[in-house]
Amino acid sequence: MATQLETFESNLGTVRTDVTRATPSTFEAAIADAIVEPAVGTSLPFEEVSLANTDVVCDPTSTQLREAACGVTAAAIGVADYGSVVLEATPDGAEFAGLFPDRHVVVLRKRDIVPDMAAAFERLGDRFRDGRDDAVIATGPSATADMGELVHGVHGPRETHAIILESEEQSERDGETRGENDVQ
Amino acid sequence: MSSERAAKADRIRHLLATEGDSVGENARGFNAGRYDSVERLEDYEAYKDRARAIKEEAIERLPDLIEQVRETVEENGGTVYVADDAADANRYVREVVRDNDAETVVKSKSMTTEEIELNEALEAAGSEVWETDLGEFVLQVADEAPSHIVAPAIHRSREDIARLFNEQFDLEEDLETAQELTEFAREYLGERIDEADVGITGANFVTADTGTMALVTSEGNARKSVAVPDTHVAVAGVEKIIPTFEDLQPFVELIGRSGTGQDITSYVSLFSPPVGTPTIDFDSDEPIADAGSEDREFHLVLLDNGRMEMREDDQLRETLYCIRCSACANSCANFQSVGGHAFGGETYSGGIATGWEAGVHGQDSAAEFNDLCTGCSRCVNQCPVKIDIPWINTVVRDRINRDAEDGQFDFLVEGLTPDEEPAGLDLQKRFFGNFATLAKLGSATAPVSNWLADLPPSRLLMERTLGIDRRRELPAFERETFVEWFRNRDVSRPVDAEYHAVVYPDLYTNHVRTDRGKAAVRTLEALGVAVEVPDVAPSGRAPLSQGMVATAEDHARDVAADLEPYLEAGYDVVVVEPSDLAMFQREYEKLLDADRYESLADRSYEVFEYVYGLLENGADPAPLGSAHSGADDATAGTGTETGAADIAYHSHCQQRTLELEPYTIDVLERLSYDVVTSDVECCGMAGSFGYKQEYYDLSMDVGDRLREQFEAPDAADRTVVASGTSCLEQLDSLLTRRPRHPISLVDPGRVD
Ligand code: SF4
Repeated sequence: MATQLETFESNLGTVRTDVTRATPSTFEAAIADAIVEPAVGTSLPFEEVSLANTDVVCDPTSTQLREAACGVTAAAIGVADYGSVVLEATPDGAEFAGLFPDRHVVVLRKRDIVPDMAAAFERLGDRFRDGRDDAVIATGPSATADMGELVHGVHGPRETHAIILESEEQSERDGETRGENDVQ
Repeated sequence: MSSERAAKADRIRHLLATEGDSVGENARGFNAGRYDSVERLEDYEAYKDRARAIKEEAIERLPDLIEQVRETVEENGGTVYVADDAADANRYVREVVRDNDAETVVKSKSMTTEEIELNEALEAAGSEVWETDLGEFVLQVADEAPSHIVAPAIHRSREDIARLFNEQFDLEEDLETAQELTEFAREYLGERIDEADVGITGANFVTADTGTMALVTSEGNARKSVAVPDTHVAVAGVEKIIPTFEDLQPFVELIGRSGTGQDITSYVSLFSPPVGTPTIDFDSDEPIADAGSEDREFHLVLLDNGRMEMREDDQLRETLYCIRCSACANSCANFQSVGGHAFGGETYSGGIATGWEAGVHGQDSAAEFNDLCTGCSRCVNQCPVKIDIPWINTVVRDRINRDAEDGQFDFLVEGLTPDEEPAGLDLQKRFFGNFATLAKLGSATAPVSNWLADLPPSRLLMERTLGIDRRRELPAFERETFVEWFRNRDVSRPVDAEYHAVVYPDLYTNHVRTDRGKAAVRTLEALGVAVEVPDVAPSGRAPLSQGMVATAEDHARDVAADLEPYLEAGYDVVVVEPSDLAMFQREYEKLLDADRYESLADRSYEVFEYVYGLLENGADPAPLGSAHSGADDATAGTGTETGAADIAYHSHCQQRTLELEPYTIDVLERLSYDVVTSDVECCGMAGSFGYKQEYYDLSMDVGDRLREQFEAPDAADRTVVASGTSCLEQLDSLLTRRPRHPISLVDPGRVD
């Protein structure tokens, strides 16, 4: 049986989204690998990590946004069954950073992955009633078949990449479980 | 009349030639994608039930929900306007646009704004309006109406679009690939979005409890249209409201699958506007975050435009459950051939469009294309909210009939075929609708009637007055009807039979294809069933197909009365013709009172379903015809074994909707036949449709896909069998091999 994380990862693959796993200590390296410059981003609402020491320009101006090749933003929820991520709009413009540049890098905590849409909607319902009422369930890059064949990156990003953030201990434990599975 | 018919035929031929290929490829792709995708969804049926229940509740409580939406949206800081009709809605949006001094307005795809022709209204008031969905953009540039509710430019090929763009825009280099076209459109529309002052969207759903809009897109343009301009107007039909936020979930899982076959579309936007995203000013050098979102303005325009009346209309109400996913269009064989432009209507296209057009634009708009629904019912199981789309088509057809003016040829059929229908009813419809009378007369005077009907002058006359295409072979009536054969037969009935069954003598089995009736009787008797073939009224399928609901209802009552004594005596009803079985099990629910409907529907079976049941319950299949019987079987006459064991089977549309196809395959396989099946949606005949002059070409075009399958190497040498009368007739004209009914293979008295 695949774990929820593995299901999520393989579904992200199905919807053309690359994945890397990171821990707080490997996060900055993961970002460096995932982005192309110039990159803009908005602050991540996670305690463990921040974009401060990366090459991502936070709090961009409209010119920087327009010139960016890559945007980095956080996702509030991951939906394992679909490989979807829930992007929330923020007052510093996460929505724009995730929509304008050609490449979108999404940072998501492992513990925010839920198994299916039903679970996602339960969480979203609570958030919407709490007043955090703006979200996009994004699945893979922007796409259209209107021009005769499938083309990506119409109005939104052409490429999507997810960085899944685990704690150091989780990562070790995952390693062990994976090791055990290998033996079987 | 006949010139009208000729014009229709011309238009269909033109669309077949110009748009058919592109529509067909795309619609069939979506359709195949849907089958795969729903297959992957666990509990698909449960999802559909939930989706339907939510819509039923929402429409039931609609006036309350509208008020609730008003409260929640206003609490959030937006404005709600309920518009009575198109003019009212357009006036309101025009005022918002004027108040914002908007020179440029960007839109994401919305059929509702097409319905009210909002673009024209805004342009007339001096604003530039741009569609940002690529398909819509193509149509805007081409100045065309959508051909499909989800993929509006489905009828245009890449080459077409390239030609269009190269002509319309002043480009340095010609565009060619899909990638180039997309990049051009992205850039062009990107600039329009940046300069826009107002963004207009539709809404796939609006939740009453949180005032949330849900927008489903794959391109991301809706989000940009909402977030970049600081004023957002959403225009949505009142039927888009659902009670709670959590109610969105089944729809989010169903809508993409049902439409284009994707498990989920790339972007499902959920927001309770005005949104908190900062306003963006591309000329400013300040960080975007500093702008804040205070300037944002939101207007929700809820459109009535006939919907509240539809809600009161027992027959049209279901239309309001529609989530505009397009599954009904994609699964429609006729749509696959010609696309939405043939289906006409002012805005909507495809199966459910009849309901929409009748409701929002009035019957005249629905009349134009309503005929293209053959009632095959393939869309019924594909609809995620379980709308009986063919029924809505039938009802609207009936209403159109009733509005018709008196015709000049009425005297021709009036005396011959008294029915419940208004005098002005189209002669062709009346002719097909009263096939029962014709069949009776045909048998009584056969073979003279057959000979007469086939004479060139008769065919010409029939074409001219009734629009029956000369190229179609007419059914040949048997002198001795199936019922008479049974009555005249001298066979002793099994004593102490465990099962008693009536074999229903449908019109075709009784008058035209009596062989299949006889085969059914012999088969059941060989399995120990005591069989009766009483004289029972025709099912009413023929008048129903022509929208003659009152006549069909009369027939239904007669059938129920004729069969009642048998049902009371414990007989089952075995039906050979699938479209008649579908009458008993589907349409009779609408035509009879519940008790009579249920007792008949519960006890009627398709002939192979019944045989399957008998075999499952231990009946001995030994006497039945099998792949091995034939030459060495004394009763088999001149049968030969070669090739006959390999079968190519085409199941009937309604039989598939009722999920009965597996029984035929199972029984044939038990009898050692090797069966391959067709997987095209339909044979293209669907009864009277294929006889009609104006639809002949379309019918043959649809049939061509079946012909291709059955002429492919794996099927080319197989014996062709089909369950439905119309399928048999269509296959007969498509193939050089003569098709037969599967019961003839199982018949213990099989004659090859
Ligand atoms: S009627 Fe059903 S299948 Fe057709 S568009 Fe509406 S919801 Fe979809």
